Amino acid sequence: MITKEEILTALHDVKDPEIPKLSVVDLGVITNVEIPSDNTVLVTMTPTFAGCPALTVMKEDIKNRLEEMPEIDSAEVKVSFDTKWSSDMISEEGRKILKESGFAPPHVLGNELVQIDILKDAECPLCGSKDTELRNSFGPTLCRAIHYCNSCRQAFEQFKPV
Amino acid sequence: MTSRTVNMKELSQIEKDAVKDLLFRIADDDLILGHRNSEWTGIGPILEEDIAFSSMAQDKLGYAQAYYTILNEMGEADPDTLAFNRSGTGEVNEKLYKCCHFTEYPIGEYDFSLMRHFLFYYSEAIRMEMLMHSTFEPLANLAKKFRGEIRYHIMHAHTWIKQLGHGSEESRARMQSALNECMPLALGIFEQSEYEDTLIEGGIFPGEDKLKEVWLEQITPVIAESALEMPDVNTIEVSNGGRKGFHTEYLKPLLEEMTEVYRIDPEAEW
Repeated sequence: MITKEEILTALHDVKDPEIPKLSVVDLGVITNVEIPSDNTVLVTMTPTFAGCPALTVMKEDIKNRLEEMPEIDSAEVKVSFDTKWSSDMISEEGRKILKESGFAPPHVLGNELVQIDILKDAECPLCGSKDTELRNSFGPTLCRAIHYCNSCRQAFEQFKPV
Repeated sequence: MTSRTVNMKELSQIEKDAVKDLLFRIADDDLILGHRNSEWTGIGPILEEDIAFSSMAQDKLGYAQAYYTILNEMGEADPDTLAFNRSGTGEVNEKLYKCCHFTEYPIGEYDFSLMRHFLFYYSEAIRMEMLMHSTFEPLANLAKKFRGEIRYHIMHAHTWIKQLGHGSEESRARMQSALNECMPLALGIFEQSEYEDTLIEGGIFPGEDKLKEVWLEQITPVIAESALEMPDVNTIEVSNGGRKGFHTEYLKPLLEEMTEVYRIDPEAEW
């Protein structure tokens, strides 16, 4: 019988379509894996941002990846807000991948709501400088904000803390 | 507030009706204001604002979809049908929607849209703070999630209201006139429902009056800090009716446009 660990390993192959190196596991959206019977799997995922249009794609990719496995006949993916996603759920590996992909990782918030002051000091993923400024808290996707680095004079994006 | 928490099955019949009414109000507000926000896509005064309003439009549709999903689980139609074919006949019937008049108004000039954004999102942020303590668990879970996102909307509104209130003579005059125009509409957000007592007693929601009270407490200092004058809310004639299905002339054309493609072929797979 297939184990939860094997399923999570397989899910590392499923990437966020908007950040193609980051897996759904490292993104922290997989909140539960159940194996109700020998050949079936029920995965529960939680949306990053409520209006995220990549959700449907991720959902389908998860189902397809799991059903490719010879041990699994059918996989179901349930979307639920019962476990609330927060950017703190991005794994250490995920943060590393974000940085390598040119995004500043989000600040760790704990149970706090984001404050405008902390958004001002994102670390530039290109040169490492902290002399940066927030240009727009809305970016090309719902989960990204636009910053500018005064040291290397480049615009960069941050994965928004939420 | 009581310490009980309930799921759908544990609500009494009247509580179910009350929760549904509340969900339709807040979902329809987000659907309609989300659509209005999206009308700035491509024509925002600067690129960053174009992106901001488009992003917030997307967020709002996400909230509406989540509320409609709970309604669906409570026996109503599926979210797409609730949004695009409420009547079930393919004909647009605006009387079936429960959004407040404020959300229906056309985007107007940017000053009006920004002021609406400021006044409405404050009420939404406070509503989420209240609903996260709701005894009705599915709604409390959504509120906990959305409040973090709405925080960004509030920060955006704050920045602009303050900046333009302290900007040039024209920008201040525009913001003041937008505030005067918005206030009767904004007060319509808090139109009473016939279920207020049920919601309050059941610990589901502290009620529109309480929401309005906290909202006034919070927006008044921000308006003062922005060098704007608060209109006298006690003498204003409030634009009520939306919550009961009586809408402005602007809602029907909006719904017709928004649902046009859906109504051509409701069965289409995208």
